[in-house]
Amino acid sequence: MNFRTFVAMLGRDAHVARRNAFSLAFQTFLQPMMFVFIFGRVMTSSGFMPDSYKALLLPGIIAISMVMSGMWAVTMPLVAEFQFTREIEDRLLAPMELEWLAVEKVVAGMIQALVAGLVVIPTAWVVMGDVALSADHLVYFAVLMVLVALLAASFGLALGCTVDQQQIGLMFSLVVAPMIFFGCTYYPWQALDGFPILQRLVLINPMVYASEGFRSALVPDFPHLGAGVVLVGLVGFDTALMALGLRQFRRRALT
Amino acid sequence: MNTGIRTEGLRKVYASPAPMGGGRRGGASRAGHEVVALDGLTLEVRAGEIFGLLGPNGAGKSTTVGILTTRVRPTAGEAWVGEFNVWQRRVDVKRLIGVVPQRPNLDFALTAREILTFHGAYFGMSGRERAARADALLDRFKLSDRAHQLPLGFSGGMMQRLSIARAMMHDPAVLFLDEPSAGLDPQTRLLLSEIVREYNSRGKTILLTTHNMEEADSLCDRVAIVDHGRTIALGTPQELKQAIPGGFVLRLQFNQVPDPLLDALRRLPGVTEARPGAEGQVDLYADRGGPLIPAVVAAAAETRATVHDVHISEPSLENLFLHHTGRSLRE
Repeated sequence: MNFRTFVAMLGRDAHVARRNAFSLAFQTFLQPMMFVFIFGRVMTSSGFMPDSYKALLLPGIIAISMVMSGMWAVTMPLVAEFQFTREIEDRLLAPMELEWLAVEKVVAGMIQALVAGLVVIPTAWVVMGDVALSADHLVYFAVLMVLVALLAASFGLALGCTVDQQQIGLMFSLVVAPMIFFGCTYYPWQALDGFPILQRLVLINPMVYASEGFRSALVPDFPHLGAGVVLVGLVGFDTALMALGLRQFRRRALT
Repeated sequence: MNTGIRTEGLRKVYASPAPMGGGRRGGASRAGHEVVALDGLTLEVRAGEIFGLLGPNGAGKSTTVGILTTRVRPTAGEAWVGEFNVWQRRVDVKRLIGVVPQRPNLDFALTAREILTFHGAYFGMSGRERAARADALLDRFKLSDRAHQLPLGFSGGMMQRLSIARAMMHDPAVLFLDEPSAGLDPQTRLLLSEIVREYNSRGKTILLTTHNMEEADSLCDRVAIVDHGRTIALGTPQELKQAIPGGFVLRLQFNQVPDPLLDALRRLPGVTEARPGAEGQVDLYADRGGPLIPAVVAAAAETRATVHDVHISEPSLENLFLHHTGRSLRE
């Protein structure tokens, strides 16, 4: 691997992200923040939802923000650069093995996901008012952050090198929406006890491990999946999606 | 540094949709729609020469460039840039080459100057080196006033100039230009050939593809004419033009071509070959053009045939292509 080339490409992505910081921020935070405001503020202060719902909601919102921002940061440019502008070709011709360019995309996506996760916590706190979070599992929380960021970016790589540009709209309704709603983001996994088939089925959704993981780290008093299940799920999905993403990337890059 | 290019028996077969298609791969369609883009292409481009690949669309020119620039995997055969086998030593090869693609692939998220400086950074150039070279190239390609604009609003010619500047940014030993002058105005074309010659005068090897024979003729030291993925002729433009029997080609259109007419045409002074084509067409290879026409008309009259159309072309690479394939380069 050529380290200087790798760093230069990260520099390029950082430069472009800085230039688009404003729209990027809106794209990432507006939707979760509106959700936080309605369900965490309006519904709770008016008494339609118990106050404790805020603490239940926050881990899910962190998961959504991280997964969506990391995923988009990788998927959208890849779809456009491979199929529409072909601008990635200049970087494919840089003196570095192709796969490292895919890794660079993933690292850039992870950084965006981590920034999103770290910004969402204080912002949600401000919007919802006081939320009781536990600081007892900070190391576990940090590990989860990294694993979820990798999940987001490697999912983005696999998706960005697989879908055709005409299918982006379809991807929203077929992949993104179910991932959010069946991802135990707005409710704990245990809430699905009454729907045993669905409860098993949602386990193929990587978002479940992200939101349940953050729940177990930040608000351990609420029901959540065990740390072992969460870690196995995240590491498993990270590995599988990264392997798939690299394979698809190679296919797109070489003919 | 002197770096040549060599290919041996290069073959590329695309399964159905072909390059960048992204691919639907049904078992049946895969077997049914194989496209042979290259069919055993063997070439040698000497270090420091301007070499042209001339051929019609679909002849395999871009596939050859794709393989030589590490982006297309050959189905069979081998290719070398300098001492490196292209497929096995891709990173080493990428260090040696600069590529101007047929379709612009500029980084639309960056300004013109950033496109050059980031490209330099990918190749490990220092910050100062990058800035100086980017400014010099922008100036040479007459893009200085656009340096800080995004290329999205650029004209085709400006994008092409920027693509070439980018390919030269890291000062590669070998420059690939895939159809560099397609869609350019004459002025830009002139600037382009000037710059290509200038770059070549510093000992750089240049391989360009084109279906424009004037360009191949004026710019290239040697030319390979390719068709259906094979080389059909190779040499300096001068050698190639002399290789056409007679040099001139008269494409004649009669209402009918009886055998006595064909014999009469073959006996005309200076005619080396008369080739009948479809529906009353005859290609006459001769060492003269216009002066033959009265004799052609007379020969036709004698055999009760009528001349409908005459087209005379002077010695050119186009005629050479026509001679080998029976088709025009533009078809």
